[in-house]
Amino acid sequence: MKLYEFMAKEILERHGIRIPPGQVVDTPEEAASVASRLGPVVLKAQVLAGGRGKAGGVVFATSPAEARRRAERMLGSRIQGYPVERILVEKRLDIEQELYVGIVVDGSARRPVLLASARGGVDVEEVPDAELIRRKIDVRWGLMPYRAREVALRLGLPRQLVPAFADIACRMYGAFRQYDAELVECNPLAVTPDGLVAADARLNVDDEALFRQKQLPRVHDDTPLERKVKELGLSYVQLDGDIAVMANGAGITMATIDVLQKFGGRPANFLDVGGGAAAEPMAKAMAVLLEARPRALLINIFGGITRCDDVARAVLEVRGSRPFDLPVVVRLVGTNEDEGMRLLREAGIEAYRSMEEAAAAVVRLARGEA
Amino acid sequence: MAILIDEKVKLVIQGITGRQGSFHCRQMLEYGTRVVAGVSPGKGGHEVCGVPVYDTVEEAVATRGANASCVFVPAPFAKDAVFEALDAGIKLVVVITEHIPLHDALDIVAFAQERGATVVGPNTFGVISPGRCKIGIMPNRIYCPGPVGVAARSGTLSYEVVASLSLAGLGQSTVVGVGGDRVTGLGFVQLLKQFERDEHTRVIVLVGEIGGTAEEEAAEYIKSLSKPVVAYLAGRNAPPGKRMGHAGAIIERGKGSFASKVRALRSAGVAVAELPWEVPALVQRALTA
Repeated sequence: MKLYEFMAKEILERHGIRIPPGQVVDTPEEAASVASRLGPVVLKAQVLAGGRGKAGGVVFATSPAEARRRAERMLGSRIQGYPVERILVEKRLDIEQELYVGIVVDGSARRPVLLASARGGVDVEEVPDAELIRRKIDVRWGLMPYRAREVALRLGLPRQLVPAFADIACRMYGAFRQYDAELVECNPLAVTPDGLVAADARLNVDDEALFRQKQLPRVHDDTPLERKVKELGLSYVQLDGDIAVMANGAGITMATIDVLQKFGGRPANFLDVGGGAAAEPMAKAMAVLLEARPRALLINIFGGITRCDDVARAVLEVRGSRPFDLPVVVRLVGTNEDEGMRLLREAGIEAYRSMEEAAAAVVRLARGEA
Repeated sequence: MAILIDEKVKLVIQGITGRQGSFHCRQMLEYGTRVVAGVSPGKGGHEVCGVPVYDTVEEAVATRGANASCVFVPAPFAKDAVFEALDAGIKLVVVITEHIPLHDALDIVAFAQERGATVVGPNTFGVISPGRCKIGIMPNRIYCPGPVGVAARSGTLSYEVVASLSLAGLGQSTVVGVGGDRVTGLGFVQLLKQFERDEHTRVIVLVGEIGGTAEEEAAEYIKSLSKPVVAYLAGRNAPPGKRMGHAGAIIERGKGSFASKVRALRSAGVAVAELPWEVPALVQRALTA
């Protein structure tokens, strides 16, 4: 779960990290009133998209009237598809240098890492490796201040800023652990005449830990259909094709999509009904998939332990309760597959043992060929 | 021979009284795994499929000599369960549980390292050395013994590939699920190392997917291996920034794309299959080469 910038900043401020004075607004009038209080300001669209600056989501205003005009234009516009509903209006900083500092999880090292660069303000992916400092952190001891000081010196910070940088990095690590974060980032961390200020902030929280992060706000970043399927406890991603796909297990679902594409079909979605492929969630998921009005449906079940006759009955049950007229192709392998296959074929549904045949069949049917 | 597990395993199942735990206890017993104990706090003194249940792993180790654990404990309590197993001196812990918080996985990996133990998973289907022993949730009937070592990030996709191998008469030495999460204990590189040493493994099959850099690191290591490697990767058409079912299957921050993985593996001399059912022919070719 990604938090909005203003939420991430609130959290970092609570952890003792300085942020610019400012306020979140959702009307041009409020923007003007904040500007009259703060002087020259920056208006920042609160959207979850990256690269917001380049897309016009960050603008300056020197007067309340200008802030109002800018806010008017920004509110209701879209940035990379995201509607702008709120703007963070902040006092404009006098920035001498922009740093990058972030804590992320390094999957290959199996540890968190502290990332830092003297070239902040740009996407960290664009910083050449040689200019990005990486220090692995042992979760047993956490980020030690001496390590953060070493990084500050290597960044070439003036001596008097080194303790402040180390303090911020350690506090960021504290927030990273406390909120089950996947990423905590200040980009830029601004060097100003008054010291270091988090001019921008990001905090992404691990979805799997939300059950114990009850105090955090909830931010949704999915389509209504995606949310609906997720509420069934299934994993779903919308794609732009016309063949609905349902399979059991993440890997086999991805592979099914790849095979369809290779055979000239266009998958409409990724839907993993889980390795167990229990009949009940499958039936529910199918009902949701049909709402998106695909041209055909492919169900690919490698039923290791799941009984194929149960899967077949679930498919027939959905059709019985809410008739659909699109072609359905089922691929079934596993326990009682003969019985499952017989049940489906008797009901006029194409059923196959091989993924290759099933994929070819559904692509043909989606094209309207018999 | 095989890697990680064989007939010497004496397994304790943590979370044995749950629906998943008890179901798979029966499956593992049927396969021939020596399940010597179960653990379920507060349920000590019960039995599941004839297996005695204890309140703590320590008791299971002391009274039944358990030397490996399989964890089915629900995600919020899984870290505690793995720590308990490691603290009781168990050196191989297979974590089936899905949806374990990332920070719990980081802690688990750090503690396992401290104890010199191996953690497989989290979010793995387990480990099987066909004909000898299985620890996990994989279907019993698709495996047969043979010279192919398999390491996979995904359960059902590995079943698909293994079933096609078995059908083609190509048995497996050991099949290991590294797990679908972003942070897992045992990785591809350590498995490649073990398969290289295992005298019965003659070809290694990697079943990978988008996200992370495990395949790229494996490719780097493969350059130093003497045994041939065949791979199949899923996710060629996955959109960036979207989590494809597994927590680890996401292209983010410019990392983890299908193209980068295929490129890395091919440059290390790996035969990469375009379609899952092409794997057996590539393995056959590697065996006869």
